[in-house]
Amino acid sequence: MFILAEMKNVTRIPPELFNLKLNDAIAGELNKKLANKIVLNVGLCIALYDITSLQESYIFPGDGASHTRVSFRYIVFRPFIEEILIGKIRSCSQEGVHVSLGFFDDILIPPSALQHPSTFNETEQAWVWEYDTGDGNKHDLFMDAGETIRFRVTAEFFNETCPTGTLQETHEKAENKVPYSLTGSINEPGLGLLSWWDT
Amino acid sequence: MEIVNANSATLSNFEVMKHLQKVKDSRKKHKGQLATITYETLRYLENTPCAQHSPEAMTQCLRELDGFNLNKNEKLMLINSPPTTALEIQLMIEESEERLSEEQVQKILTIMIQYFPHIQKPQEAEPQEQD
Repeated sequence: MFILAEMKNVTRIPPELFNLKLNDAIAGELNKKLANKIVLNVGLCIALYDITSLQESYIFPGDGASHTRVSFRYIVFRPFIEEILIGKIRSCSQEGVHVSLGFFDDILIPPSALQHPSTFNETEQAWVWEYDTGDGNKHDLFMDAGETIRFRVTAEFFNETCPTGTLQETHEKAENKVPYSLTGSINEPGLGLLSWWDT
Repeated sequence: MEIVNANSATLSNFEVMKHLQKVKDSRKKHKGQLATITYETLRYLENTPCAQHSPEAMTQCLRELDGFNLNKNEKLMLINSPPTTALEIQLMIEESEERLSEEQVQKILTIMIQYFPHIQKPQEAEPQEQD
């Protein structure tokens, strides 16, 4: 579920950080820039892994900061398609089951990828797997928020959310735009709430 | 910023956990986004079986898994969340019915328990209630 991404950047170190070792200052700036951010077509950045090379630093006219070209590797959350992950149910809605990993929330299991047959219970606001016990009876298995769930990653979507215009404008437009989201499925034996398969 | 290689290597959950613990414990006080994501990711990882893995067991285990003709991602999944049932193996390994015989599946389960003995416990200690 985690990968290493190789990246390059020209990092600006402002003069007030000149007391630090160059490596530490750059690591700090890179983490400030990337940690907990989504990079398009790369994934959710977690933390700096290592710096692989540093080139000479330059000072440009009119700016007291130093600029260093740096190559580094970053830990990125990006599960591969078909990977089996375990998360917690955040909520259920008509669109499906929303799953969270704690550090990543944009995972949706659509109704078509739930165990068959499943229905949405409006009063409980939960999806229910109407498990057929084989003797004509049905056993309702509720998918309540907070339960641990095992699912398969079936698709990933990246959305470009460029900052446009003023801060307010961006707020209005980007509100519903999720930069990186995953689609999951649980319509196979063994997938779904862990407690379903415990025995 | 320039992306040289968006996926130069895969990391196991254990490696990420160890790295983040180092980040968290470093003498420098972290703040802002790095602190948030490190905390949240660690909280997730420390609740997975890999919190009790040891590097030696993982290397040994991978060596033992060599004979089963599994690909890298499959082995990674086995290490990240060691299966305790044949059903879980079936999920993680594509077309496992054709690629693995029943004895081989049992063998994998034995290897898992041998190297990661801690995965057995939660099964019994967690009687889940259904309502």
